[in-house]
Formats: sequence, C-alpha cells, structure tokens
Amino acid sequence: MRDIFRGFGAIFYKEVLHVRRDAGTLFFSLTMPLLQIFLLGFGIDTNIRHINTVVYNADGRRESRELIDRLTNSDTFHVIRYVQNDRDMNDLIVAGKVRVGVKIPVDYSDRLLHKMSAQVLVLIDGSDSSVAGQAINVTTAIGLDESLRRVLADRNLMAVDMRPKLLFNPDSRSPNFFLPGLTAIMLLNVTTFLTAFSIVREKERGTLEQLFVTPVRPFGLLLGKLLPYLGIGFFELCLILFVMRFVFLVPIHGSVLLLAILSLPYLFAALSLGILISSKAASQAEAMQLAFLPILPSVFFSGYIFPRETMPAILHPISYLIPATYFINITRGIILRGAGIEHLWTDGLALVAIGSFLLIVAARRFQNKVISA
Amino acid sequence: MSTTPQPVSDVAISAEHLVRRFGKVTAVDDVSFQVQKGEIFGFLGPNGSGKTTVIKMLTGLLPLSGGSAQVEGLDVRTHAEEVRERIGYMSQKFSLYDDLTVAENLQFYGRIYSLPADRLKRRSAEIIELNGLGPYLNRLAAQLSGGWKQRLALGCAMLHEPKLLFLDEPTAGIDPVARRQLWDLLFELSGHGITFFVTTHYMDEAERCSHVAYIHYGKIIADGTPNSLRELPDVQPRGTLRIEITTTEVTRALRFARQVPGIRSATIFGQSIHALIEDHFDLHDLREQLLKNGIAVAEIRPLAASLEDVFVELTYKHQALLEARRA
Repeated sequence: MRDIFRGFGAIFYKEVLHVRRDAGTLFFSLTMPLLQIFLLGFGIDTNIRHINTVVYNADGRRESRELIDRLTNSDTFHVIRYVQNDRDMNDLIVAGKVRVGVKIPVDYSDRLLHKMSAQVLVLIDGSDSSVAGQAINVTTAIGLDESLRRVLADRNLMAVDMRPKLLFNPDSRSPNFFLPGLTAIMLLNVTTFLTAFSIVREKERGTLEQLFVTPVRPFGLLLGKLLPYLGIGFFELCLILFVMRFVFLVPIHGSVLLLAILSLPYLFAALSLGILISSKAASQAEAMQLAFLPILPSVFFSGYIFPRETMPAILHPISYLIPATYFINITRGIILRGAGIEHLWTDGLALVAIGSFLLIVAARRFQNKVISA
Repeated sequence: MSTTPQPVSDVAISAEHLVRRFGKVTAVDDVSFQVQKGEIFGFLGPNGSGKTTVIKMLTGLLPLSGGSAQVEGLDVRTHAEEVRERIGYMSQKFSLYDDLTVAENLQFYGRIYSLPADRLKRRSAEIIELNGLGPYLNRLAAQLSGGWKQRLALGCAMLHEPKLLFLDEPTAGIDPVARRQLWDLLFELSGHGITFFVTTHYMDEAERCSHVAYIHYGKIIADGTPNSLRELPDVQPRGTLRIEITTTEVTRALRFARQVPGIRSATIFGQSIHALIEDHFDLHDLREQLLKNGIAVAEIRPLAASLEDVFVELTYKHQALLEARRA
C-alpha cells in the first residue's frame, strides 16, 4: 500500500525547497488576493442608493413638491436635474446620465384634491437589472405609502403591519455578505494556479520525464506536489480571515476552528483541479488559460453573486459540480449564521468527493502520460 | 548479432525483435541486440533514427508494439517498476532542478530511491568524491557550467548504485575538455563493473566504446566491436584499399579522384581525401596523374577505416537498399 505513494517524501521535500527559493512568487501570490479583498471590500456596496434621477414636474404645486421630497428622502433617488418637457427627460435617460425619470402630470394636485386617482409616470432604465428592481420597489412603496396616508388621513392605524427583521446581517453591510464568498474565489485562484504551474514547469524543463524513469509513482508525485500548496492555501485563508475580521470588522459568529477544518477539503479540491489542469497543459501559457476556465463559473454559478435559486432548472445541477458552491455555503454559514458541523458536514463531504475524483482522474492521466511521453 | 547463447547472468540488456509503431510510422523496426555486463555500449545513429525511442522502450516509458526486452534479467513489459529501481537514466536535456543546490539535488534523488539515511550519506560522499563536486555543493545547479551539470546529473543517476546506466547524448552541447573528462569518468566507472548504454553523435566517442551498434531508419545496420566493424566486407570489400591523400587543393583533388576508374569512393576529411581504391592501383601512378593535373600532393598513405567511414558506407548501402525496395 505504501508503494503507490512511492516518492511522496522526496517530492514534498523538493517542493518545499522550490517554494522557499522562489520567495518572490510566494509573496506575490499571497498578497494579490489580499489586495483584491481590500479593493472589493471597500469598493463594492451591494445596497443600491443614490440612483441618478431626473424630474419633470408639470404640476409644480405643493402636493407635487411633497411627493418629490418623499422620493429624495428615501435615499434611493438622487435628483440631479429638473426639466420642463418630455424630450429632455428622455434624452437624459438615453444618454445614461440618469437611470430614472419621474414625470408628475399637470393635473396631479387637482385630481388629489378631487379624491381621484392621480398618476405619476416613472421611467426606469432597465439596462441594469438590480438598479431597475430597486427603483421599481421603492417607487411602488412610496406610491402605496402616499395613497394609504391620504386614505387613512384621520386614522393612525395600519390594518396589517409587516415587521421584517434581517437575521445575521442586520445592517445589510456589504462586506459581511461579500467577503466570505470572495474568500472562496481567492483561495481557488491562488491554489489552482500554484499547483498547475509547479507541474507544468517540470514538463517544460524535462524534469518530469526524468522523474518517470525513477520509481516515483503518480500518487506519490501528485500528493507530494499537493501538500506544500495546501499549506500555502491554508496560510492564505488565515490571512484573509484576519483582514476580514479586523479590517472590515465582519463578525465571525461560528467556530473559526471548524472553518479552518472545513477549508481543508476545499483546498484539496482546488489543488486537485490545478493538478488536473497541469496534466492537460503542455506549457505555462496554456496552463494559465486553462486555470482561468473554472474562475467564471465559480463566480457566477456558486451563489457568490447571484443566488443559485434563480438559475434555470437545467443549469442548476452545474452549481453542484463547483467546489466553490460548497465552500461559500460553509463560509457564509459559519461566519454569518453561526452554523455548526451538524449543518455543514454534507458540504465538507461533497468537497472531499470532488477532490478525490479530480485527483484520481489526474493520476490516471499521468500514468498514461508515462506511457506516451 | 551473436549467435552463441550467452549465460544469462552476463547479459545486461537483451533486446529481441523490438518493434515500436507510432500510428503508421514504424520508428523501431525489428531491432535486436545484446549488451554484456561491464560494456560501454555505444548506440549511434542520425537524429530521428529511433535511438531515444529504444531507450524509452528499455526503461519502460514506452510500451513495445512487438518483440521483447530483458533489462538486468527483468522483462520490461511486466517488471517496469523493478527495472526502474535498478537502472539510472540521464537524458539529453539537463533535467535536474536549477533552483536547488548540488547537495539538494543529490538529497532529492537519494530520497526518490528511498535510500536509508546512512547509505545516502555514504553514497553522496562517494559520488561527490568521484565526480569532483566537492567545491560546488552549495551552488545552485543553474550556476554550474554544462560539463558540471552533466557530472551532477550523472551523480544523481547513479546515487542508488545501479549496475546499468542509460545516457542519452550525455555530451551534447558541452565543451571538449568537459567531454573528455566525462568519458574518463565513464571508463573509471566501467572499470567498477557498471554497464553503460550511451547514445552519441560524436564519432571519437564511438571509437572509445567497447561495443557499438548503428541504427538507421529504425533498423540496426551495424553491431559489434569497433574493430570488427572496420573489417566488415561492406566497409572494406575484398581487393580494396583505403588511402589518405593529403593535399592543399582538396576540392580539385576530389573532383579528379571521382573520375578515375578504380577509385570506388572518395570523401574530403579536412586537408585530405579518404578514398577506397582497388588494390591493383599503383599509388605512384596516382601521384603522377594528380601532379599532371596541377594538384600538388604532400602524402599518400594507406589508412584503416574509421568508424565514421564505416557508418557512411553502411548508411549508403542501407539507403540504396531502402530505395531499391521502394522502387
């Protein structure tokens, strides 16, 4: 049994030396993700506010000005221009200067005074769906609120009072939502590249062929390559968690130890993916291209940005094949919801399964490569 | 090919009817040879003739399309792993780790072959002593010159005390002094009973081998000691003599020599012409004829065939044979 891992110790020893000698690459690969964490952590706010808005107030009386005040006070809209005709309003939207145009008709106040329904036209630029969605929600809510206020003018009691309460991230802070997911993407990035490159470099130099003439076995070779980078990935995780906790003040509700333990199967899967890539790529340039392939699906299909529930039923299974899906569930679970092993063991198990599968496929490919080298 | 069966224990490599096809191309075509223990076996041939392919088959890197091979008494088809334990291999490209030091490279190879710590220590010391690597132990392999890199590569390949070493063009691209030193080292090791399977382009290296084989288009067309090859009838036909004509005007002399009936072939070698002539030819007469044509001749003397002559003659013969078969 020991035999199928023949050469593991030797490869591990050598790989650690490579990493130590090439401190520049190590430093670079450790700091790049941190830099991106800083950039995205400070730069991205998923809460939509201050949408540029143009107002065409054809009425101009007190009621209409009240409505405009309510729009601006919502914090969602930021009125940058007042215009006096439809054409100017349309032009501003087409030019992309504003996302929303609000037109209050000339008879707005009259109709309200006569207890008739007054209409307000709201034009929304649909080219950004999240902005459009927010604009629709807020304008509808303001309309509803305004109507209720007039209907219930004398009574102060709402028939139904909805009291939504946000659990786990009460202030809707973006970093809390964003950074745990980003951690998964960054780790994937670093570890896949590092392992893929370390093997492809040996291909290019001819040292891999030399190794095949020795008694080293594929599993010994691959695990020896994998373990040092597992250590690097783990260290990277600790750095990211540190920055997340103490720079972005994201509270970690669950057990950090559990998070650390469950990161190992994720790193294992990501590293195995890197090894599989290296078995296909003949040059570092090719490895670079291939290593980019899993990044986009990991960003978009894993639930990192868009909820997986909105994916079409046919594509939904894809998200189960992506390691980041499970790890994002783990990080958000532990960090935000304080989930324990009883909630997350299936995710860990899935990662072990994916990692083992990838590694076995890669080892078989190397076995065949020995034959056709 | 020797017809008398050798006792198994004296044979390091025995290849029988090796065939390797890549798609429709037959890269190695019915190749048989034997290498005795302790020999320096020179495996020669032009680029792309199948040398490296044969090495890969013998080291278990490439499966055989046909035939069989025993290396150190083990069948490479069924015991590739064991074969790899017993052999050392050094490829034409430097294939150690540039960013590791000499000592670290040795350490790495020791671990690959699972040498126990005390044995690794002893072997490292021996190799460092033998290959003169002592002053360079803490230098990165990248900083070594070509010759020292090859010494290190050889050292790593023999750390586990293999009895058989495959060297694929070990001297390609290194300077003449380093080349000579490497060969001196090979002789010394060969004296300790190690068998070498060496491929090379250099004819002077071939001359130093105790046994050579020449492969051309996947076929072995010569196999024997350098001296036995020189006397092959194809190389030195009955009733012919090989001579060297030294002259300052080699190109004109060559043009002239090729017109003279009785001169079978002529080739330029530096400041002289090597010619194969019928032995009834009068050398004085030849000198007169050359002078009459305004070609001053310094010396004409008989010459033993060099291995280069041997391979040139055999290649022409084999090429003619291939073309005749194709026609």
